[in-house]
Amino acid sequence: MSATATRRSATWAPDSHDFPTRRYDLVKEFVIALVVMLVLTIVAALVFSSPDDSALSLQRWAQEAPNDVVATATGELAGTTTTATYGPPYNTNADGQSLGPIVLPKLTGVTQPIDAADDFVITPLRTLSSDPAVAAALRQWSSASADQRTKWAQAYSDALAAAPDGDPAKVASGDYGPVPALAKGELALASSGALEGLLSSRTSFFGTDSTKPLLFLADGSYLEDQARVQNLGGDQWGIMNETGNYPGQPWLWLYAFWYQIPPFSTSDNADVQVWALMILLSIGFICIPWIPGLRTLPKHLGVHKLIWRGGRWR
Amino acid sequence: MSGQLVTSTVPAGAVVQWGFLTITVANLIVILTMIVVFVLAILLPFPADRDEEGS
Amino acid sequence: MSRTDPAAPMRAGSHDSWTRALSGWIEGLVPKGQWLPDRQPAYVASWIYVFGVACLASLVVVIASGLVLTFGGITWWHTNSFGHFVNSMHLWSVELFFATMVIHLWGKFFMAAWRGHRGMTWATGALAFFGSLGTAFTGYLIQTNFDAQWISTQAKDGLNAAGVGAYFNVMNVGQMVLWHVSFLPLVVGVIVGLHLLLVRRRGVVPPIGAESPVGVESPVAAEPSGASAPPETSGPGAAAAPPGAARPTAGVSAQEVGS
Repeated sequence: MSATATRRSATWAPDSHDFPTRRYDLVKEFVIALVVMLVLTIVAALVFSSPDDSALSLQRWAQEAPNDVVATATGELAGTTTTATYGPPYNTNADGQSLGPIVLPKLTGVTQPIDAADDFVITPLRTLSSDPAVAAALRQWSSASADQRTKWAQAYSDALAAAPDGDPAKVASGDYGPVPALAKGELALASSGALEGLLSSRTSFFGTDSTKPLLFLADGSYLEDQARVQNLGGDQWGIMNETGNYPGQPWLWLYAFWYQIPPFSTSDNADVQVWALMILLSIGFICIPWIPGLRTLPKHLGVHKLIWRGGRWR
Repeated sequence: MSGQLVTSTVPAGAVVQWGFLTITVANLIVILTMIVVFVLAILLPFPADRDEEGS
Repeated sequence: MSRTDPAAPMRAGSHDSWTRALSGWIEGLVPKGQWLPDRQPAYVASWIYVFGVACLASLVVVIASGLVLTFGGITWWHTNSFGHFVNSMHLWSVELFFATMVIHLWGKFFMAAWRGHRGMTWATGALAFFGSLGTAFTGYLIQTNFDAQWISTQAKDGLNAAGVGAYFNVMNVGQMVLWHVSFLPLVVGVIVGLHLLLVRRRGVVPPIGAESPVGVESPVAAEPSGASAPPETSGPGAAAAPPGAARPTAGVSAQEVGS
């Protein structure tokens, strides 16, 4: 075979219009496909329905895991929760994940500013002005230095962690300043059902931005506890999964896969590493027709011989 | 946090596990069905055009 | 004016009017008679060929059920049994959409369907897949249930790490609703439209190793050399498959099956 033919063959195919033809009713094919897909969809919807595990409310959190609410509120005051230590786009308390020397979150900056202590605890508590204990605690908090606040909150956080079941009633005595009263006030707000509104309505009367209540809920362990039972944890391939016995997003299998293996499973920068890898692989996938070796791979796999068998087209 | 409190109204779905590979039965059924359909699509004969068959 | 040949303006040149230039361009996108041909090459004879159309059909069901869901707002399906049924339809049509798309993709991969200047057809198909991923993902975020709470608070970390979270806030349900029902489906729709256009423009890829039946130089089932073949160096084959578009059907009389 000539060199020209060899070079050409990688992308070459004869003109499809030069081949013998057969009748093929595209419109009929589409209409039949539409009917089949519609019937399959309706049957699946009738037989299997769809999952709808209702949203957790902060009130339910307070009722079912009150100690977690107290610990989370204390963590916000101490600046130790996920949100408080997050960095961009919420605050500058960290740099965010890095990919080698590149720190993308730092480049895009703080676009949704959140002061975890103020936004999640102190500001909502100001609505509880009728509670003298909370009002006094707020005054003491406001007049204290930043160092003092952190010292109180950190001490109470440690004491809660050491107490049986994290129960505030069983905490050893210590110098916690106003923090126990503030955390108790936050629990009261959550129990009353008022906290979600206070967190979400602060951005808009209409409350279409659920960022703050979601971040606060996610700072506790209650949400994750529910998710892990449903196999939704990141290390449980949870990205692919759905609550109950429903299929989820199986098409995300490769994205979920990387989180299960080193170095990603042990990396502090796993998210950005997996993202970078997936973007590279996606570009590669799009470019298969131009990648030597890959673009000719199907010829060697031989499955095409099954698809185009019989040779009636010759 | 100690004392996990689980109050989900939906029972957790079944999962299959091989080593580090974990997959829910529902997702596994979807993927296996796709593979079976693909294999059938390749192996089953496609109807010939009746008008032109044998011409 | 009434006496002139209606075809004369076209012959006079296609650039003396923007409208004529555009209509000429549109006509040239696909060879004459190939927008909705009633015949296909004889090698289009496998069930694997129906999955592209099945995917398109399920996209229609996805969009229709999604539209019905929008009528009641984002939370009505929690309390209304018809709403829940439509939500179920939306979920299962999406599962069918992805299943048929991936089976279509497997088929096209094993056929190396990017041969013969069909690289962009593959690329737009792959882009449609990724666009659909994003659209489906935002759908999960706006369910206003436990699923949405968990997925949004988890997904934020990846997006924030990539710098995307600064502008695309998955925990802002109002923002995600609008992405899910406007820009993302529009993007998927446009990519799918381009993909279909390219499929009709190039025609269905001939079998691997097939020789052209009308006497152009036979393609050779050669080992890959690693070098791509620019259209202008493709020799006589380039004349049979010009880079602009597949040729209009030629020599029909010689091409009927069995003739």
